[in-house]
Amino acid sequence: MNPQIALPILIPLFSGALSLVFWRSRAVQRVIAVGGTAALLLTSLWLLVTVNRDGILVMHMGSWPAPFGISLVADLLGAIMVVLTGIIGFAVALFSLATVGRGHEAYGYFPLMHLLLAGVAGAFLTGDIFNLYVWFEVMLVASFALLILGSEKAQMEGAIKYVTLNLVSSVIFLVAVGLLYGMVGTLNMADIARRLATLENDGMVDVLAMMFMVAFGIKAAAFPLFFWLPASYHTPPVAVSALFAGLLTKVGVYALFRVFTLIFHHSPGYTHEILLWGAGLTMLSGVLGAAAQFEFRRILSFHIVSQIGYMILGLALFTPLALIGGVFYIMHHIIVKTNLFLVSGIVHRLRGSYDLKKLGGLYKSHPGLAVLFLIPALSLAGMPPLSGFFAKFIVVRAAIEAEAYGVTFIALLVGLLTLYSMTKIWAEVFWKATPPEGDIVPFPAVSQRELWLMSAPAVGLAACTLLIGLNAEPFYALAEASAAELLTPERYIEAVLGKAEETTP
Amino acid sequence: MESLMAIAIGILFAAAIYMMLRRSIVKLVIGLMLLSNAANLLIFVTAGMTRGAPPLVPQGLTAPPGIVADPLPQALVLTAIVISFGVLSFAVVLVRRAWEIVKADDLDKMKDTDT
Repeated sequence: MNPQIALPILIPLFSGALSLVFWRSRAVQRVIAVGGTAALLLTSLWLLVTVNRDGILVMHMGSWPAPFGISLVADLLGAIMVVLTGIIGFAVALFSLATVGRGHEAYGYFPLMHLLLAGVAGAFLTGDIFNLYVWFEVMLVASFALLILGSEKAQMEGAIKYVTLNLVSSVIFLVAVGLLYGMVGTLNMADIARRLATLENDGMVDVLAMMFMVAFGIKAAAFPLFFWLPASYHTPPVAVSALFAGLLTKVGVYALFRVFTLIFHHSPGYTHEILLWGAGLTMLSGVLGAAAQFEFRRILSFHIVSQIGYMILGLALFTPLALIGGVFYIMHHIIVKTNLFLVSGIVHRLRGSYDLKKLGGLYKSHPGLAVLFLIPALSLAGMPPLSGFFAKFIVVRAAIEAEAYGVTFIALLVGLLTLYSMTKIWAEVFWKATPPEGDIVPFPAVSQRELWLMSAPAVGLAACTLLIGLNAEPFYALAEASAAELLTPERYIEAVLGKAEETTP
Repeated sequence: MESLMAIAIGILFAAAIYMMLRRSIVKLVIGLMLLSNAANLLIFVTAGMTRGAPPLVPQGLTAPPGIVADPLPQALVLTAIVISFGVLSFAVVLVRRAWEIVKADDLDKMKDTDT
């Protein structure tokens, strides 16, 4: 038995249930939030260490043997993603203590946050395709409710778009799962992979691959399916934005990585070519969208879209180096993006606005905050020696080696435009003088304790960024090992189903 | 039987997409309902339709004799129905709240978050 596989799912579920028990007591809910996410982070680190040492871990739920029951599988990619979930969960829980208002907490902010984390961790660890759908739904329902906490007009309008497009994506996913089951008669991902390999019926496999690509593409906010993201991510309380920005789209990216390395890797000339074009256009459209914006969180939302392109590019090139780049990019991006949203939240708390035109002069009043913004911002743009530089470097180098020069050019151009966006925020929010008509005085006034509480998670995440950047070697090795696992799906299949002996359905 | 079901599912999907392309948010939700029901029916049909052959193992045997219905898609459909019921009831409440706050049943008037 390997309890550490199930723990990252069980801990948030349990903390969520416990928070519901203490519905009326905000103080207890806060303690559970910090304690539960800290426990999640610790167990996920335990899981990563175990997986790194012993190889792929498998746990069969209810002791049903592999193709029949639901298996939880933790390979390196899954374990890395769970650790990132733990880090983001813990940081956002700390941040929420200072920023989530009384009203939001009274309507179940913390239980929903735990439920969301459980859904995300479950999606990363399941080895069963229908179970993946169920975890997606757990995550989605929690995110729906978090998105409309507060019931403002913009939130409602954003939520309608978000809910509709995500439901459509779920339905496409569900239909694809149904059709796949009709073809191979199994739901276990390892078993599906093994049986599809023996199937001659190529056309149908490609159709299914495309359906999965569209379904996960909507979740991951890839071109041309990303419109729900910039319409909704800037509307909820900022802690919720940060949580979504870090984790939700990356679940879609993870699902793409999983499905297109394990199951649909037989005709890369077709599927991965489409992914390649999608990746290029995602990068470009995201960054151009950001260039036109003048609202802090909307700029960051569009940059989520453009960065998703780099990760998908890593998958689409499908060479060992490209996959290393993709995994490294995910590690770097989740931390950096959440951090930027946290900084935008601190700025909003200090000055009462997200509008770049109304902000200004923060470098003079809060130089520490300015540095805190610069670290993730320059990392996002890919400045050495921060983590984003190595992530971009690996992906771009893989693209050059694969002789995909068009996409290389787009990737470099998008890096430059990202820098433009970040300098725009820097110049408007921190550098220029405070505009006379701007600066709504925040209410209530920010206390010193609150400022420390808000800054602590941002400082922690910035430290992670610096660590990945200045000490990239072990993270590269981790990404390399997980890319090696992704490129040899036989190891995954063998770990789940045991040695290749035929089981009869 | 399967082909008849396939045609019915196709009509459901078409109706769902037609409804979702309307501007009214109420029709949008109706479209979503039809869409998830179409998906549920489709899973139900994928494993083939077998009439009057429950997957029961008679006493003394280890496998059911002859062709029996596949129980797994039915379990999947049950799960999917429960999930879609929950999500759709959320969508209905959301639309009602949105109508109260925005005072419009028209997606073209919900442009606060674009620009």
